[in-house]
Amino acid sequence: MAVGLTHYLVVAAILLVLGVFGIFLNRKNVIVILMSVELILLSVNLNLVAFSAALGDLAGQVFALFVLTVAAAEAAIGLAIVVVYFRNRSTIQVEDVTLMRG
Amino acid sequence: MIASIAFYVFAAILLVSAAMVVTARNPVHSVLFLILSFFNAAALFLLAGAEFLAMILVIVYVGAVAVLFLFVVMMLDVNFAELRGGFQRYLPVGATVGAVLFVELALVLGGWQIAPDAGQLRFAPQPPDVHNTAALGRLIYTDYVLLFQIAGLVLMVAMIGAIVLTLRERKTSRHQSIAAQVGRDVRDTLELVNMPLGVGVSEFYRPLVEQPPPLHSDQPVIAHAGGGHGDGGHHAAEKR
Repeated sequence: MAVGLTHYLVVAAILLVLGVFGIFLNRKNVIVILMSVELILLSVNLNLVAFSAALGDLAGQVFALFVLTVAAAEAAIGLAIVVVYFRNRSTIQVEDVTLMRG
Repeated sequence: MIASIAFYVFAAILLVSAAMVVTARNPVHSVLFLILSFFNAAALFLLAGAEFLAMILVIVYVGAVAVLFLFVVMMLDVNFAELRGGFQRYLPVGATVGAVLFVELALVLGGWQIAPDAGQLRFAPQPPDVHNTAALGRLIYTDYVLLFQIAGLVLMVAMIGAIVLTLRERKTSRHQSIAAQVGRDVRDTLELVNMPLGVGVSEFYRPLVEQPPPLHSDQPVIAHAGGGHGDGGHHAAEKR
């Protein structure tokens, strides 16, 4: 059975579901939540590349490149916030992050 | 045939390692499985014909982002066992949401087809005899050059933001006062004196700052205030 667009879409869908599942499962650990977000963005990239290959349209790969850029920036900022928060409160419990509740 | 087998192998490893990322007990293992899943995703990109993106995925994600995660996980002294409490509690709701999402995606995937005129709507059709990296480069530097520069701007803002967030001023560290160094003048430290003949040196020596008189009378004609370059800034600061 030749590999087509549908195979890629199924893999990307399972990957996205795993990412969302990871966010729910690791509600307390913000680092694993960031990793789950990376998985979700990876599944989006997989979709874009699969459609790009199936349609012969390079714009999808350009979009995937930009998604990659934004994901890298997001990881850097998120981890910087985690480091600063840990330095101030010496914990990274997500449930304790209620400083801005008002 | 070989491509199909490779696809199934890489996809299976990708999904298994992604599942291990979210369920691993130790966050270090999570990061290592994340690296494994990125490698397998890069292999899937290669199979789809996106060679440049596959290489970028390995370089950017494995080389930078995953190492950053590893760095943070190992640097923070966090009790990760404590963070795993409630794992069983959140399992049902997470599984429910995941199942609902997957069923929705499966429904979309089941009743979906490419429009017959989709071929005419392509933004950038793949040129026939140019390999992927060259074609992507032609596209990025012509049609998408503005987006490319905005991507660079996003990266720069992220870099500055990360530095600003994590920069810490220490009270004990000695800082360089660049304004004082640049604003320093020759007249603050050095004075040229025209000496008449036959007159002693001592009455012409005038320290810039009120100091106890020098012990030795054989001061140089060109008076280095304080007697060294190292003290120059000190005197300049005192004069102000």
